Amino acid sequence: MSDNLIKVPTMAEMMAAGETPDILFWVGCAGSFDDKAKRVTKAFVKILNKAGVKFAVLGTEEGCTGDPAKRAGNEFLFQMQAMQNIQVMNAYDVKKIVASCPHCLNTLKNEYPELGGHYEVLHHTELIQSLLNEGKITIPNGTFQGKRITYHDPCYLGRANGIYEAPRELLAKLDAALAEMPRNKERGFCCGAGGAQMFKEAEPGEREVNVARSEEALGVNPDVIAVGCPFCKTMMADGVKHFEKEETVTVMDVAEMIANAADL
Amino acid sequence: MHIVSIAAFSLIFLGGIGFFGFKVSKIARNIKLGRPEDRSGNFAERFKIMMLVAFGQSKMVVRPVAGILHLFIYLAFLLTQIELLEIIIDGFTGNHRLVWGALEGTALAGLYTFTINAIEFLSLLALIATVVFLFRRNIVRIARFQKPEMKGWPSKDANIILFGEIFLVTNIFLMNSGDQALQALGVYHQTGEFVLSGILASKLSGVSQETLIIIERIGWWGHLIGIVGFMVYLPFSKHFHIFLAFPNVFFSKLEPKGRFTNLESVTKEVKLMMDPSADPYAAPAEDAAPVSFGAKDVFDLSWKQLMDAYSCTECGRCTSECPANNTGKLLSPRAIMMKTRDRIEEVGAGIDKNGKDYRDEKTLLHNYISPEELWACTTCNACVQACPVNIDPLSIIIDLRRSLVMEESAAPGSLNTMFTNVENNSAPWQFSPADRLNWATEE
Repeated sequence: MSDNLIKVPTMAEMMAAGETPDILFWVGCAGSFDDKAKRVTKAFVKILNKAGVKFAVLGTEEGCTGDPAKRAGNEFLFQMQAMQNIQVMNAYDVKKIVASCPHCLNTLKNEYPELGGHYEVLHHTELIQSLLNEGKITIPNGTFQGKRITYHDPCYLGRANGIYEAPRELLAKLDAALAEMPRNKERGFCCGAGGAQMFKEAEPGEREVNVARSEEALGVNPDVIAVGCPFCKTMMADGVKHFEKEETVTVMDVAEMIANAADL
Repeated sequence: MHIVSIAAFSLIFLGGIGFFGFKVSKIARNIKLGRPEDRSGNFAERFKIMMLVAFGQSKMVVRPVAGILHLFIYLAFLLTQIELLEIIIDGFTGNHRLVWGALEGTALAGLYTFTINAIEFLSLLALIATVVFLFRRNIVRIARFQKPEMKGWPSKDANIILFGEIFLVTNIFLMNSGDQALQALGVYHQTGEFVLSGILASKLSGVSQETLIIIERIGWWGHLIGIVGFMVYLPFSKHFHIFLAFPNVFFSKLEPKGRFTNLESVTKEVKLMMDPSADPYAAPAEDAAPVSFGAKDVFDLSWKQLMDAYSCTECGRCTSECPANNTGKLLSPRAIMMKTRDRIEEVGAGIDKNGKDYRDEKTLLHNYISPEELWACTTCNACVQACPVNIDPLSIIIDLRRSLVMEESAAPGSLNTMFTNVENNSAPWQFSPADRLNWATEE
């Protein structure tokens, strides 16, 4: 299948056709504009298409959740964004959302309800996990068989929302060897992008956070560093480049790996 | 003689309690200077967390060595309170081991002997733990105890507490071994064998009865003075956590760690901005208090954030897990808590001196905590996760950032660019919102 064949219905199109999607795919800014993250978005859509999930995106009606503004202390801007998004989603009567960005997920799930946006919010790894469990997608043989994979916990998925197992269970289905880093799950070490650090220079220090984390990841000699967050993906990929290991070690989102293994 | 010792005991003990109560009331007053925050309800869940995290030490044992050694001291402390109870009863009545006197010959007599043995056994473990802790801090010099914020008083405070614990345990053994030796001579009542102090007592054979009584009394008074001294010292020390750990965990944030507060004052403004029928020139209500956004000083933090500051025992687990601190940035979550406590103590002292409405020129932001520290935070929640008593340094960092951004417009330039992008393009980067779905049709 080529990229051209992905089907991405928008909420507006669905509504015009008199249809209601089962779930809204919240693509996020990174997923929409960042090259590395766009690959994850497409891989995830391929999985949704393959599994026959009735989903839609907001397309041009989607706007930043306000997460980076909020973490940077700009509560005004965050709430402006939140209320605009809530207006749009409530107008479409959205009930269930899947997000491939843990920052979007966290904001939609935990911070929107108080402002009037009540939705059931899933991470894409959780949705893929249930699709696999229901047999809606299958992973025939191991593209990743015999590969060594380490998984980096995104802070906003792990500690912030307690989701540690869904991505790991997906990786376990790939017949690969999962090698944990010394600091994992509750004690996972940040990639350095959170709290709006992605959008600014780091404060003066001895080294960059992503270099420290990538060093730890490379320490377990992985073939693949798996991530579940577009910002972690950028940070870890940059870190791997810092150590000039990009030829031998790939940084991939769990969704890309599943799409790859399922030959989508 | 009895009267003199009862009077001396009462003076020391009640004086200590009185001073402690006075200091605690000051701390309570200081905590109440914080703004209100609702942490009520969910009693069952809160109680469960308290039993697990505070009583059960569940987060302490994440680091097994420090966790288990701390457990010895903690259990010895809890159980020694029973012996303290007898010291208090004996002190006020001028008796010797009155509890034993009451239990002797009953079915509970064995329990008394067992309890004293358990206290001795745990005290020995606590003594070992204390020595190891001193060793870790001063000889091995474990990295998290050598951070800049630990220079001077905080390190001294930690050592004072550890030596204080050695003093307490030493006196328990002096008292009990003197007692055992005197029991062997038939001078004191027979309370059954105390195994550990019995071993020490056997070394005292041949010592005169008078000397033994002096040894036993030194232990008794020493233990009492140690306890009272501790009580008087605690309100000035990081060690105050032994009182606040339980309530602090009880009032933990129960929501997911990723959930930050939505500022209500902002919600009002934003709703007004989004309401097409709102009058943009409407004057605020007469009685409306001027709102400030975020926290500039301790008064802008909630009582819970201030309680967090008083609950911190400066163990530094937060700082040792902090990605910013780990990579040499200025930020240390522990320092955030210590500075918050220092500032609220300063505010409290000012109020004591000049009356309750007194405000000095200083603020927590800038005078104590610098923007450089605040901007280094990745909001990863590692500090919150690491804290054995559920302190939330991140919430303070965010509240101070809010003041920097919304009151002072002092965000770093690159973040201002990001804000502008979000405002204009609804994305943190400079992409047109019209291109948001382009990925779906791109190769």
